[in-house]
Amino acid sequence: MLSWTEFLAAKGSSILSATGEHLLLSLGAVLMGTLIAVPLGILLARHQRAASVVLGISSTIQTIPSLAFFGFILPFLGIGIVPAMTVLFLYSILPILRNTYTGIREVNPAYLEAGIGMGMNRRQLLTWIQFPLAFPVIMSGIRVSTVYIISWATLSALIGAGGLGDPILAGIHTYDAKLIMAGALPAALLALLASWSLGFVERAVTPRGLRQR
Amino acid sequence: MLTFEHVSKVYDGNRIAVADFNLEVEAGEFIVLIGPSGCGKTTTLKMVNRLIEPTSGAIYLNGKDIREQNPVALRRHIGYVIQQIALFPNMTIAQNVDVVPRLLGWPAERRRQRVRELLELVGMDPDEYADRYPSELSGGQQQRIGVLRALAAEPPLILMDEPFGALDPITRENLQEELKALQAKLHKTILFVTHDMDEALKLADRIVVMKDGHIVQVAAPEELLRHPANEFVASFIGKERLAPGLELRTVEQVMIGEPVTVRPHTGVAEGVATMRRKKVDTLLVTDEAGRLLGSVSIEELNRNYQRAHQVQDLMARDVPVVFEGTPAREAFDLITRERLEYLPVIDKEGRLKGLVTRTSMVNALASVVWGDEASA
Repeated sequence: MLSWTEFLAAKGSSILSATGEHLLLSLGAVLMGTLIAVPLGILLARHQRAASVVLGISSTIQTIPSLAFFGFILPFLGIGIVPAMTVLFLYSILPILRNTYTGIREVNPAYLEAGIGMGMNRRQLLTWIQFPLAFPVIMSGIRVSTVYIISWATLSALIGAGGLGDPILAGIHTYDAKLIMAGALPAALLALLASWSLGFVERAVTPRGLRQR
Repeated sequence: MLTFEHVSKVYDGNRIAVADFNLEVEAGEFIVLIGPSGCGKTTTLKMVNRLIEPTSGAIYLNGKDIREQNPVALRRHIGYVIQQIALFPNMTIAQNVDVVPRLLGWPAERRRQRVRELLELVGMDPDEYADRYPSELSGGQQQRIGVLRALAAEPPLILMDEPFGALDPITRENLQEELKALQAKLHKTILFVTHDMDEALKLADRIVVMKDGHIVQVAAPEELLRHPANEFVASFIGKERLAPGLELRTVEQVMIGEPVTVRPHTGVAEGVATMRRKKVDTLLVTDEAGRLLGSVSIEELNRNYQRAHQVQDLMARDVPVVFEGTPAREAFDLITRERLEYLPVIDKEGRLKGLVTRTSMVNALASVVWGDEASA
């Protein structure tokens, strides 16, 4: 068996590039998820009936075991980055969508009445009041999503998308605990780091008036 | 300025919220809508800024039918204050006050100026408060800002939906006073909803009493108390208010008519003699026309007996006074608060008309408790 120093000397750079891939894969998926889910959530907050349907569909996607989902997508999109990102993107939607929807819906109706009564139109109501007030809730949705997408992205190695799943899979095949650790540890660290930095961003951009509640 | 013509609101085809509401509101008038919950007062209010659309009838603002105006534009020219206060928690105090001017696209400099001006209007230092958030203010301060927010773009008409309902009694009274002072200064037309009769009597030029969507009576507070239209209004006003108690009395009704006075040139010795003769320990000093110049107390005379010759050398000139027509209660409050022994009553020309003392206070209170015979 190699010692850790020898192991790192041999595999260090490939672990590093796998970490980079992993990060790109997960963040790309979450970014797309955010771009879709936030506007969709805002839209759903205005349309009750559509909301229950869309949230239902989204929850159903969530219940498909991720391993199976990668299998489903294989015949349609093949292997590589694109199908992996597609699956991760679909998974990332629900928490963000649900939090955006809830966040907007749960804005105290008194604020809306005040806003409307003062002559705000729908867009102003959204950008001045609803969105800023829902923002912390939306951010926590994005955070939850990011953390578990980073951990699930390890599975995308199964369909050849690379990332930190590669050393883990290789480690499993060769009974090499070090290799498994070399994939699992950075993935866990990435998740923690992402959670921490998004939390930091969330606090930094939340107005002081909302922070104290 | 604001006209309701046969305005009705019916929900779901049968539940009548407001029925055939007719009212003509003059510019600068303070109208209070009052009634038990579900009487349609809030619905009536919200039809003015089109948060609720009437089922039939029409509302005219400055002669123009409000249905022909864009509701968003209409609302920007009508102030709106609600019970929940609802300052936007994500905005600073300045930003909250600034909302409507910003919606209207006022230039930045004018908006900044306006925010400062408004905060100063209610005695809140702009440098201290402008950049705070609503959560950093007390409930009373928040609703002060709520009122300023409605005033910001200088709308001629302001709607207030139980604005002080959620505040504690002391804060509520302070804000009522401030609102009244503001109204006297700014001459806004105000439509105010409440279920608190004290509040209505205190603030209104005219009170509109409503029940089950109908107007029961429209009258000035005094008129309402003297001639309630029917049993409902009388019971809503409450028995204790109908007996002309302290609330309604003016200082003339409780003051002592002929206080002991002296002229400024009266000698000190003579002053002391007058006090002894009349059994008083204070003399009011008046000129020939009966105008109040000041007062002098027995302590003052005794202490400076040697040095001074005339009472005018010893008299205090800045005596607190009240004018004729002041509600007795205000005079009593002043006496209690400032720990005064007495309070002279003067007319507009400054002539002394009488004196409210602690004794007159006790007598007036006794007459409320036991009826007028007791104090006679």
